[in-house]
Amino acid sequence: MTLTILTKTSSRRGFLGLMAAGASVVAMPAFSLNTDEARALIQQSLNEVYAVINSGQPPAQMYKAFEAIFARYADVDVIARSALGPAARQVSPQQFAAYKQAFQGYIGRKYGARFREFIGSQVQVTDAKPVKSFYVVTSVAKLNGRAPMQVEWHVSDKSGQSKYFNIVIEGVNMLAAERTEIGAMLAANRGDIAALTSALQQAG
Amino acid sequence: MATLALSACATAPETGINDPHEGFNRRMHAFNKGFDQRIVRPVTSPFKNSDGASTDGALVVLGNVGGNLALPGKVVNSLLQGRPGKAAQNAGRFVVNTTLGLGGIHDPAGQEFGLTEVDTDFGETLHVWGAPEGAYLELPLIGPTTERDAVGKVVDWVIDPLDHVLDDNEARVKTVIRLGSKAGERARFGDTIDSILYGSADSYAQARLLYLQHRRYELGMEGGEIDPYDPYEDQ
Repeated sequence: MTLTILTKTSSRRGFLGLMAAGASVVAMPAFSLNTDEARALIQQSLNEVYAVINSGQPPAQMYKAFEAIFARYADVDVIARSALGPAARQVSPQQFAAYKQAFQGYIGRKYGARFREFIGSQVQVTDAKPVKSFYVVTSVAKLNGRAPMQVEWHVSDKSGQSKYFNIVIEGVNMLAAERTEIGAMLAANRGDIAALTSALQQAG
Repeated sequence: MATLALSACATAPETGINDPHEGFNRRMHAFNKGFDQRIVRPVTSPFKNSDGASTDGALVVLGNVGGNLALPGKVVNSLLQGRPGKAAQNAGRFVVNTTLGLGGIHDPAGQEFGLTEVDTDFGETLHVWGAPEGAYLELPLIGPTTERDAVGKVVDWVIDPLDHVLDDNEARVKTVIRLGSKAGERARFGDTIDSILYGSADSYAQARLLYLQHRRYELGMEGGEIDPYDPYEDQ
């Protein structure tokens, strides 16, 4: 009942979290991206994610490792901007930089906290294809005792480097989820970006 | 409630978030959260395993048996959707796991025969028949749903073929097992649920978004994605 629904959505959410935190796409020069490259990037990123998951480090160190990977390989700028929504146009570059830094740490902790679900699991890249103006790489995650989950990665080189900017787990997409969450935090801080930034430093 | 839901179904759009009852829904969300905080979470948290990967053996068994008892209703729904292959898969699974699997305690159907569970319900049947999603709803003890899925739950409860072969006592046992298997899920995914209910700045909005996105994906609804936009086009 309450539990079924929340369980179903939240289990996916948990997975989203891990992938978001751990996912990495190797930064490539600004050549235009093709299907094979997008696929290879995700494959390589998954290897790196699992190296951290299986490293057996204490959680706090793992969160740092996830944050570092996220910062290097995800397009944090565009994800953070998208999460902030229209307010992103009204803040100064300094304010945005501080917010982005806090956002990145928040992502590392929040999604890193879910990593335990993935010990002993496997993810395989199954497909890559161009969709609209970017590439969609599809992978299937096999977790112990659960039905396989489909995970989609959206990869673009529009930032000048090939990076991922969204992850969609069984229909649940990270950009939309974080846009809702950051929007709510901004509202709770009465639209004050500095207050949002300090809240983010504590959150996750 | 069913009447309300059916009448409102007619005008709901298939994309975005349609939440005209937000005030009511938020009050229900507060109630559900309180219920979880005071009752469900304290009861289920002792069963949480520290590694998060598995739960107490008894709860796993309860979950398996509860899942098995839900299969006959799913067979009926697949048939109503005109999907005899899926109906046969769940029917075969029910027969194998009820017998060889000792009433669903074990899962030889999935592990030996490749008969994995096909998840479905009457909400999906309504979707297949062309009923629109309707407004988003959060109902007490049931949680996030839509008008279409709420009607589906009522119908599922009425049409469960198992109820025609069980006597009153057996039906009560079934209800207890099903509740127990829900409790097992709450324990198993405890941290993840906690992070949404208690770690989110707006747990109502987050639960709504996750429910709608996942449900539309599950049903394969065309254009049902809640995709904010291509973030590179928006700058």
